[in-house]
Amino acid sequence: MSDLSKVRHEMLPDLPPPENTTGPVGWMRRHLFSSVTNTVLTLFTLYILYILLVPTIDWAFIKADWFGETRDACTSGGACWVFVTTRFSQFLYGFYPEELTWRINLAFILLAVQLVWLMIPKLPFKGIVSVLVLFVYPVVAFYLLYGGSFGLDVVETHKWGGLSLTLVLAVIGIVAALPFGVLLALGRRSEMPIVKSFCVVYIELWRGVPLITVLFMASVMLPLFVPAEVTFDKLLRALIGIVMFQSAYMAEVVRGGLQAIPKGQYEAAQALGLNYWKMMGLIVLPQALKLMIPGIVNTFIALFKDTSLVLIIGLFDLLAIVQAGLTDPKWLGYSVEGYAFVALMFWIFCFGMSKYSQHLERHFHTGHGSR
Amino acid sequence: MSNTRQLDDKVMVEMRGVNKWYGQFHVLKDVNLKVRQGERIVICGPSGSGKSTTIRCINRLEEHQKGDIVVADTVLNNDLKNIETIRREVGMVFQHFNLFPHLTVLENCALAPIWVRKTPRAEAEEIAMKYLRRVRIEEQALKYPGQLSGGQQQRVAIARSLCMNPQVMLFDEPTSALDPEMIKEVLDVMIELAEEGMTMLCVTHEMGFAKTVADRVIFMDKGQIIEENEPEAFFNNPQSERTQAFLSQILNH
Ligand SMILES: Nc1ncnc2c1ncn2[C@@H]1O[C@H](COP(=O)(O)OP(=O)(O)O)[C@@H](O)[C@H]1O
Ligand SMILES: [Mg+2]
Repeated sequence: MSDLSKVRHEMLPDLPPPENTTGPVGWMRRHLFSSVTNTVLTLFTLYILYILLVPTIDWAFIKADWFGETRDACTSGGACWVFVTTRFSQFLYGFYPEELTWRINLAFILLAVQLVWLMIPKLPFKGIVSVLVLFVYPVVAFYLLYGGSFGLDVVETHKWGGLSLTLVLAVIGIVAALPFGVLLALGRRSEMPIVKSFCVVYIELWRGVPLITVLFMASVMLPLFVPAEVTFDKLLRALIGIVMFQSAYMAEVVRGGLQAIPKGQYEAAQALGLNYWKMMGLIVLPQALKLMIPGIVNTFIALFKDTSLVLIIGLFDLLAIVQAGLTDPKWLGYSVEGYAFVALMFWIFCFGMSKYSQHLERHFHTGHGSR
Repeated sequence: MSNTRQLDDKVMVEMRGVNKWYGQFHVLKDVNLKVRQGERIVICGPSGSGKSTTIRCINRLEEHQKGDIVVADTVLNNDLKNIETIRREVGMVFQHFNLFPHLTVLENCALAPIWVRKTPRAEAEEIAMKYLRRVRIEEQALKYPGQLSGGQQQRVAIARSLCMNPQVMLFDEPTSALDPEMIKEVLDVMIELAEEGMTMLCVTHEMGFAKTVADRVIFMDKGQIIEENEPEAFFNNPQSERTQAFLSQILNH
């Protein structure tokens, strides 16, 4: 036997990792205090947090006043949340008749129940619920919010406002933009020159214009182009503008997703005899949609925040209605509380969506299943 | 050993003077090929010689610019109807499997029967299970492709094609992307398929497979068919210098 010959006869056992590299102490040692610089940075950051957080918490919670009728209830020198709590229902519902706000509540509860149903992986009948959300719910929601049938009184859209209007704008904007976005993206990748040019021009045109211009045009210019006897609801005009604007962005998100699908998937689908729409609908889009989720949520978050621009065409979304409240002479000087409330509401929704999209990404990444 | 058998006279695939260009690049030059029903053809040749392009023209994954292709009595032209008819009758297995990762193995197999042949779902799933059993992988039916080994995925890909009950099967280097220990399980399935009388065109460098299964071996180089012959004569007595050089390269290492 030569000197180079080595043979192992017994396999080595699995050992746990060394003691001081695991657990919270090990983690802190490795991540927070691994070197002098790291230790200094850690302590410095803690100090900054301390000098920022303590006064904020003091102002917002400890010294704050919460309930009352007028500003006289605010005596402790901290935040005067009374401004928000007394007008809370207006911030939520705008000028919607108070005795009818149950209709808004019902509409949003229905939507929330269906969405939560779709989000919880274990629940059955996902297909039926999806159909409900996409096709039945919009009709139900329309009659609930606007009325005009089933014995429900009409509530004109100029009475809508507050957070519920913000949500209506954002939800309709995103849901309606998605199918248009998909079609535009498919068109942009099409081999038919006319379709392709139309889609490219449309997308680039709308992406190059700020939403605020679109809204101005929708409210000022659109009526110029339609016959005088056709009166276009102001909210509807804003919605059309938002949807057209949003579909251009959505198209680019969808295109990004489509580009990530390997050529082999198209070829396998074609080789099996699937035609273009079946190939797209069954093979390409379902895979691309998973990849698009972060992008879709991003545009949704951006749109959600951008809806506050409708205040310049005289719609009272959450921001506008809080601002209107601030101009009330009885409440002059409480703008910090008002804006903090608006910011918090927007943050809650956006953070929630962001978290959910991260969850979805993880789900699709680790799990192999889509259902 | 010889594979000579009595073959049908029916021509399944015919390519007459097929030429193809990628832009200015003349990739297929005057390819003539006649495949009879039940015939097994192996195509080999150096990389870039146009083997994939040739078989991909047969089901119109690539478009040829000159010449005629007739598959199962349907002329391959720009008529979408004809293309769809041909694709229903021609199965294809790819080097990288190309299974649909978002669908289970069973759904991968049942998809085309349901959506292309309009078979009821239950029946389509029965067909799928039948072919999964044939490629010995029915116990994985509810898994996703990503959970299977390469060899298993390729067998699923074969089953998926068979579910459409094709008259011709095209294989484009089906074992080239596999780890060595998985090549045999795929070749075994292909050999069984050949024994059952399937018309097959295989691009492969598995010369053992060519010797056992092929009725004819075709050697391509620079976009042209250089030599074709029965396997025995092809391997023992190649006529062209290019063929000799190619064979000595792949057989001597
Ligand atoms: N889409 C394409 N565009 C341009 N050239 C291509 C394309 N596909 C293949 N080719 C070229 O055509 C030639 C033949 O390719 P292919 O049929 O894939 O060869 P093989 O399968 O024999 O290795 C190669 O030189 C390759 O670079
Ligand atoms: Mg190839």
